[in-house]
Amino acid sequence: MATTSVAVPDTPLIRLALARADDALVLGHRLSEWTGHAPTLEEDLALANIALDLIGQARSLYALAGEDCGLDEDALAYRRDERAYRNLLLVEQPNGDFARTIVRQFLYAAFIDAWWQAMTASCEPRLAAIAGKAEKETAYHLRHSAEWLIRLGDGTAESHRRAQAALDALFPFAAEMFEPVTAAAFDVAPASLREGWDRQVDAVLATAGLTRPAAPWSHSGGRAGRHTEHLGHLLSEMQYLQRVHPGATW
Amino acid sequence: MSDLRTRAWAAAATVCDPEIPVLTVEDLGVLRDVRVAGNTLEVVITPTYSGCPAMNMIALEIETALATAGIEGRVTTTLAPPWTTDWMTAEGRAKLLDYGIAPPPPASSRRALFGETHVACPRCASADTELIAEFGSTSCKALWRCRACREPFDLFKCH
Repeated sequence: MATTSVAVPDTPLIRLALARADDALVLGHRLSEWTGHAPTLEEDLALANIALDLIGQARSLYALAGEDCGLDEDALAYRRDERAYRNLLLVEQPNGDFARTIVRQFLYAAFIDAWWQAMTASCEPRLAAIAGKAEKETAYHLRHSAEWLIRLGDGTAESHRRAQAALDALFPFAAEMFEPVTAAAFDVAPASLREGWDRQVDAVLATAGLTRPAAPWSHSGGRAGRHTEHLGHLLSEMQYLQRVHPGATW
Repeated sequence: MSDLRTRAWAAAATVCDPEIPVLTVEDLGVLRDVRVAGNTLEVVITPTYSGCPAMNMIALEIETALATAGIEGRVTTTLAPPWTTDWMTAEGRAKLLDYGIAPPPPASSRRALFGETHVACPRCASADTELIAEFGSTSCKALWRCRACREPFDLFKCH
């Protein structure tokens, strides 16, 4: 079967922009699935707002990658197959219950907020400009998810049980965040943020009364396009319109 | 400032935020620059948030305002330096308060993970207020409640 994926050249800048754009878009799409289903109206608005920030960040990053390869942001988002997506496995995991959504968000936000902060000093000015916007937004995402995690962990026996179960299920996806994406001078090595992430996560988990899972092994493969079974389903929904009516606009 | 540039700025500055119609793009600090080079005129705007859905509409309305003023020009978007609520004009803050939205607190203590924010109620000015939700009806607002007059209100988030 012929592929319908657009061909994207592989340069360090494109690789980095696509990996981060895919992370943001896939997580943004996941959060948008809560719209109309969140536990409270305020939370419905919060998750939709965070989704909007993430999709906005993805757009800026796709536009940047597109400048360097002549493709527009829609082509990059809607016309790459599952194996061409470079996102972390963590962000494609299904929403599950509210605790699982919050744990996924917290693990990611605690990393990406620090990464964007560091990227504001990147020697690639277009990335630094995106970082300057994104780091202000992710600071809110981190606070929102940390507050919820504390409320769930330190809440009822049921909310505690669910938060701990979510943590146990998702922690093996966390290590992938610290794998290098590029070795370029304009990139911030994720491994350099590991210590700060550990400290932040441990502090919030301690306040929440949750136990950090041992996680002796971890999932990996997203950056190479080897995804869990969930991404294909997500993309088939997200890309449906552009696949059926290529180039459709309104 | 050239006469053309002044007229273009004035025309663009009449455009209001579609979500907060009491504020102009100038009050918000979204209108950044008007550049004239040879025969081309460019109005530069910056988004409040990466995903702000009002940007397309604002760009369209500025183009319309320019056309109405008989000026030919285009609108471009820049990300750097990143927009901050500190760019909101004093007049903008006063209009916001008048409209029932608490203006943003200064951008200093943002980095504390659980920093305390003190917000006065835009209706009764009481300081006895509490946060309901970090996110509100638009990207730029949070939802608060006044314990004195019992009214909920929006806070324009510090950014």
